[in-house]
Amino acid sequence: MTQVINTLKAGLSTGGFEREAAQAVNNKQARSLYAARVKIHPKAAHGFFRRLKWMILGVALAVYYVLPWLRYDRGPHAPDQAVLADLAGRRFYFFFIEIWPQEFYYIAGLLIMAGVGLFLVTSVVGRAWCGYACPQTVWTDLFMKVEEWIEGDRNARIKLDQANWGILKLIKRLVKNAVWLLIALATGGAWIFYFADAPTLAQSFVNFTAPPAAYFTVATLTATTFVFAGYMREQVCTYMCPWPRIQGAMLDEDSLIVTYNTWRGESRSGHRKRVEQAAVGDCVDCNACVAVCPMGIDIRDGNQLECITCALCIDACDGVMEKVGTPKGLISYSTLRNYNASVAGHPSKPNWHVMLRARTVIYSTLWLLIGVAMVTSLLMRDRLGLDVVADRNPLFVTLADGSARDGYTIKILNMEARPRRFLLSLHGLDGASLSSPDLDEPKGDGFEIAVEADKLRQVKVFLEVPPDELKHEPEEFDFRVREVTQGETAETAEARAIFHGYKRNP
Amino acid sequence: MPDIQRDEISGTETTGHEWDGIQELNTPLPRWWLWTFYATVIWGLGYTIAYPAWPMISGATTGVLGWNSRTQIALEQANAKAAQASMVSRIEAASLDEITKDADLLQFAKAGGAAAFKVNCVQCHGSGAAGAPGYPNLNDDDWIWGGSLEAIQTTLLHGIRYAQNPNTRDSQMPRFGVDGILTPVQIVQVTEHVLAISGQEADAAAAQAGSVIFAENCAACHGASGEGNRDLGSPALADAIWLYGSDRVAIAQQITDPTMGVMPAWSPRLDATSVKQLAVYVHSLGGGEPTP
Repeated sequence: MTQVINTLKAGLSTGGFEREAAQAVNNKQARSLYAARVKIHPKAAHGFFRRLKWMILGVALAVYYVLPWLRYDRGPHAPDQAVLADLAGRRFYFFFIEIWPQEFYYIAGLLIMAGVGLFLVTSVVGRAWCGYACPQTVWTDLFMKVEEWIEGDRNARIKLDQANWGILKLIKRLVKNAVWLLIALATGGAWIFYFADAPTLAQSFVNFTAPPAAYFTVATLTATTFVFAGYMREQVCTYMCPWPRIQGAMLDEDSLIVTYNTWRGESRSGHRKRVEQAAVGDCVDCNACVAVCPMGIDIRDGNQLECITCALCIDACDGVMEKVGTPKGLISYSTLRNYNASVAGHPSKPNWHVMLRARTVIYSTLWLLIGVAMVTSLLMRDRLGLDVVADRNPLFVTLADGSARDGYTIKILNMEARPRRFLLSLHGLDGASLSSPDLDEPKGDGFEIAVEADKLRQVKVFLEVPPDELKHEPEEFDFRVREVTQGETAETAEARAIFHGYKRNP
Repeated sequence: MPDIQRDEISGTETTGHEWDGIQELNTPLPRWWLWTFYATVIWGLGYTIAYPAWPMISGATTGVLGWNSRTQIALEQANAKAAQASMVSRIEAASLDEITKDADLLQFAKAGGAAAFKVNCVQCHGSGAAGAPGYPNLNDDDWIWGGSLEAIQTTLLHGIRYAQNPNTRDSQMPRFGVDGILTPVQIVQVTEHVLAISGQEADAAAAQAGSVIFAENCAACHGASGEGNRDLGSPALADAIWLYGSDRVAIAQQITDPTMGVMPAWSPRLDATSVKQLAVYVHSLGGGEPTP
């Protein structure tokens, strides 16, 4: 592919706005998905959407960096980090919520909510996730800002790219890459704090005493951040990410997408001869929309797979429209239905109409239902669990006096961050006596078992039923644990079990 | 060199092949993809140099790093052994009673014993130690040679009726039928008596006659009321547990031509620590008796 970027002449046009010497890298004619990448030099945009994107970037980065350092007191038996995914301890902490591995469905539910939420957002405002909130976009924006500070805006960068290697170019490139690397390191560095106590890990990390996994993770994320946001940029979205392909099924003719309003803009003309030539549209062919596009497309080619709907072309075009004195919104958020209506000369509906559709209502309802169901089950969930695993080999043991003995492994889950004692007892099995080889307790109806805070305790127990109490069939009964406390309503848990061991000489 | 043809719509080169009017586009791969592909080829070649890979006439290339999975497993086993060393030496030094009183030692011994059991004992006693006809169930509370830690350890070390070991547990039950010590009628009567004392249905008259024969011929080893004698390894007959079957035919068969179990001695095959751990494990299965 030939270098076409700088073959157009830049300069001020008669209308007082600047004409960009820009040709879309990925425009319809030059588009070749399968060739060496032509570098894109997006021009800095200014306007409402650029400001919105900076705000979202600020909030997203603040949340990412600050969250692991927030403290939340859970008492002496649990970590005090507000958000912590303790993989080694198999616990996930989020402020007042603590999740055990077997409660992973809460995370699954959250992921489903995130998915449905993404469907909702996409069906309403298209690829808003891609354009505003995706880490790839956020970090690429940040890296581009750094690039702009050090190397200047679009034209300066193109010049620098074409310039011969000299001391100034070398310094600029070195500084830029160094700053990028620092940001990448901070990105990778922050990630690990979600998985261990942040202050402790930070200290051991700089002392080189942190676990190898920490350094490996930081190195990997530093490298990917640096390469993805610094050098691969739009290729990640176009070639690597599956989400843009899924969008095809999410978008419809009622979704808001960044639209070049052909019916208003065409035929485009760089010459201000509107008065004489009525056929000329509002587009002054200044290429401002092309120059700011981080994906290297020309939005005037129509909606296309590269477009991440970052809306920077809207900012750029609005700025030019303001200067030439025509109404804003030549490029705007619009739906395909409205666009087609406008092309046909029919009136279009206001944009808020996209919110009220069967589709959005279904997505929102689904999202809410899952949310309410999760919160309800979260508030009602047990913090005490009892699992019983019956011995299967042997199923039962006949003792010398003819009684039968079954073995069970009892697992008591104390899911609260304080040590508790529980009384283990039997219900529904006549004449049975309970004993445990793991506890120093006399054989009897039941006994107390102490379980450490936030721990599972496994105890082997034996159940003996004398010969005259034995039946001809397996008997179902319950193991029950009840917290031994005064004053409080004691928490209980039950588990169904089966007793094998049969009467002789039936 | 044929002319390069281009697809009119996309402007992409075609391969020149055509099927029913459909031409195949010859779209070049992305450059970065190609680089990644070459990188994997280089990586793959490097891998076969670094690690064992190429088959030769006898054997294969060993790789410049000298790694192979056998040395790897040997290393892992050595590491595991080294990690267990302190616990093993503590088990070695401790008495059986001391092991059961120390929670850490007990847990280690039970786990080690369970592992050794699965390798050496399950063939006869079954994976759940529930035994089989002729091979005792180790879960129950009926012990032929004793169920204390020491008794189990002795049985493990020296075996039962195991000729190669001088200290083996040994005893013989006379072949009452085959050798003509008892007449068939007497055997039937003793059988009825044994059924009666073990709580099973029996012919009362025959059992009555059998009780006299039992007192004269059997009580010396099995006890006056059939309670057994662990010093002689003579099983209790008045309980619910039967090694060779509890029915009339099985009991009569055992009196006529007794089968007597043999267990190998484990003292030379397994080291003393393993035997200790096995004893603790078997003792913990549910029928273990306190040290007398």
